[in-house]
Amino acid sequence: MTEQTQTPALRLDGIVKTFPGVRALDGVSFEVRAGEVHALLGENGAGKSTLMKVLAGMHQPNEGRIFIEEREVTMESPLHAKAQGVVLIHQELSLAEELTVAENVYLGELPRKRWGFVDWTTLNAKTNEILKRLNCNFDATTRVSDLSIAKKQMVEIARALTVDAKAVVFDEPTASLTDAEKVVLFDVIRDLRARGVGIVYISHRMDEIFTLSDRLSVLRDGNYRGTLVTAETDEDEVTRLMIGRSLSYERNHEHVELGEVALEVRGLSCGSLYHDVSFEVRRGEVVGFYGLVGAGRTEIAETLFGLRTPSAGTILLEGEEVRIDSPVDAIAQGISLVPESRKEQGLVLGMSCRDNITLPQIGDLTTGPFVSNGAEVAIYDMYRDRLDIRSPSWRQAVGNLSGGNQQKIVIGKWLAMKPRVLIVDEPTRGIDVGAKGEIHNLIRELAKSGYAVIVISSEMPEVLHVADRVIGMYQGEIIRTFDAGEVTEDSLVQAISGIRADKAA
Amino acid sequence: MERLKSNRAGKWLVQNPIWGFIVIIFVFFSLSNEYFFDMRNFQNILVQTSTIGLIALGMTLVMINGNIDLSVGAVVALAASLMVDIQSWEAFSGWGNWQMLPALLAALAAGTALGALNGIIVWKTGVDAFIVTLGAMLGVRGLVFIYTEEQSFFAMNFTFSDIGMSSVGPVPSLAVLFLIATVAVHILLSRTVHGRNTYAVGGNREAAVNAGIRVGPHMVVNFMIVGFFAALAGVTLSSQMGASTPNLGREYELWVITAVVLGGTKLTGGAGSIIGTFGGVLAIGILRNGMNLMQVPAFYVLVILGSILIAVLFLDKQLTRKGAEALKT
Repeated sequence: MTEQTQTPALRLDGIVKTFPGVRALDGVSFEVRAGEVHALLGENGAGKSTLMKVLAGMHQPNEGRIFIEEREVTMESPLHAKAQGVVLIHQELSLAEELTVAENVYLGELPRKRWGFVDWTTLNAKTNEILKRLNCNFDATTRVSDLSIAKKQMVEIARALTVDAKAVVFDEPTASLTDAEKVVLFDVIRDLRARGVGIVYISHRMDEIFTLSDRLSVLRDGNYRGTLVTAETDEDEVTRLMIGRSLSYERNHEHVELGEVALEVRGLSCGSLYHDVSFEVRRGEVVGFYGLVGAGRTEIAETLFGLRTPSAGTILLEGEEVRIDSPVDAIAQGISLVPESRKEQGLVLGMSCRDNITLPQIGDLTTGPFVSNGAEVAIYDMYRDRLDIRSPSWRQAVGNLSGGNQQKIVIGKWLAMKPRVLIVDEPTRGIDVGAKGEIHNLIRELAKSGYAVIVISSEMPEVLHVADRVIGMYQGEIIRTFDAGEVTEDSLVQAISGIRADKAA
Repeated sequence: MERLKSNRAGKWLVQNPIWGFIVIIFVFFSLSNEYFFDMRNFQNILVQTSTIGLIALGMTLVMINGNIDLSVGAVVALAASLMVDIQSWEAFSGWGNWQMLPALLAALAAGTALGALNGIIVWKTGVDAFIVTLGAMLGVRGLVFIYTEEQSFFAMNFTFSDIGMSSVGPVPSLAVLFLIATVAVHILLSRTVHGRNTYAVGGNREAAVNAGIRVGPHMVVNFMIVGFFAALAGVTLSSQMGASTPNLGREYELWVITAVVLGGTKLTGGAGSIIGTFGGVLAIGILRNGMNLMQVPAFYVLVILGSILIAVLFLDKQLTRKGAEALKT
């Protein structure tokens, strides 16, 4: 680290934050100077969001200290953090849609007259003043629901300016902005910097980070990996720092005998979500889809499972063209989907392990009009043993199990359907490291035993570890397909940033 | 507390606190009132609660689905009016006691059809069941007044009112009917595919869709079941009275929901049981009967019932919450 010439606006010292089973932050230290844009990078799960929540007072660190202008502080709540000059601009905007801009900007701190009435004149005047500073062309009395997402973000930023902000944290602010809107946002950020505010800028997008930031810090697996001066580094160095070699996953070098084509997709499109997607999956093969959030991977899976209607293209199962209008059709055709978020989309948390596993095929487990208890328990026992599900009994409510065991229940549920194609979306999201390895081995074993598997993941090591072929997607398009043997981390990063093979070579 | 949870009976009681409550009030009324502990009185309680109880069986399914049906009270009035009116139509005058059959079929069909209508609207429009059935509650009540021209109907065939008062052996027919229906719905909910899907749809609708359950048609079936039971309750009620009035069944939806919720069914869906609902129905019946025997004025009874509803649900929350894991709200 360089010698300090200025007082840092914000300094973190040895922050540790643990959750049951996870050490989300393991001694993170870094500092943001007044008047700099400091980018924070890391893969999904590296600890960026947790760090931000600690900064904003939403989480309390287990260890470590936070300094604002070299004064030690504790952040008890988001409001408390804001009062001390640290403001977080959320990735998901948290505005009261039905209130006006001014009411949102001063929410919780509305200026009052006597008897507790709101002082509208002061409120709107003060808000308009801030909006002017931000070059916003809308008025304090506009209803937030009438604004575009970019303008709503400006309202969030305006909130930050109601206090004497020392540090403003932007969490993936451009995720849903157009290019023109980005330019406006960057101007605002540069303006804040010129006023001497320390800015933490979290993003996945290299181009933004290199345009905007003065320095950057990298997190990996909850550890601080170092700070670089942006002008003195390049994407390669940053990527290496982000992904590193220390990860315990092995590359997949297995040689598997491939069977016939189980699934073929030709020219599939779905509105603006993805277009002209073609690929095939053979029996015995794991095909990995890698890309940023919003690249269209999950949407393809949802289309194959009948949750979305494609606008063009054909789907062939074992060479036969099929029409899939609903999950009922997909299941009947032998397509199974382990969804992205198991708690919201995959499991009925209040129901028992057994009932969750047998849910899609319960109609076939009957004797006369009644569900056959014996048949159900037999299926549960079979998949408990096969997947090593650890639960005290089949009666246990799924909500009480660990993330890894919950995921095994979802996978077991779909294996029990004996699918022709198994799609697994983010197989290890929110699962601790030990269980991750188990799930990965399970996916490999399934392929070996003849299943055609699609794995969608935002974690590069995961894709490299489990997939026989990797498809890199960017903004709804397949940029490149790699064989496990030829794929490199650099080329994959380029593919998902939209750089095509010809340019990369 | 921990000891209570450790043995099987204790566990059952924690899951169904209403039955513990029933034991308490049962003992209390038995000791404090000489007329309460009596076979006849018990039969009375069953007959008095059978109307609410029948509807509560269907309501339990709808509420486990995460829906609600507020139109049941109006359906009671409609079914009762159809039952009493149609059996006196001239077309059936030569049918003897069989003239009750077309009336019964019409009443039950009307209730089931209205349930189907509720369900289809909820399914196809996506409007919340609370709103849809609130509209149905007002609309159906209006239909009853149009149909009856604000008149009460009286059954000319005394056999009809005799049925309401009849007994199977020593047990009143209506109590038998209610008990049989309770067992039937219990089996439906706990042992059939439809029952399992009821929990799945209410517990996590998205997961249910992803598991290939046709959620819309499934919910329609449950609305039809509650409509059927509301109509059946209208029939038994009119039989007890030998008459129907257009105002019959007012506030029944509230009593039914009270009983179901007392029995442990969650308003958000996904959890509940017929054993619990049966307990909720009995608890209300015993409290009303017991306080009546003790000559507590009717309005005080309402105040006490309201307080007990809140107290029991608070207790339930205390028993089932997961200690420090629970979110502060």
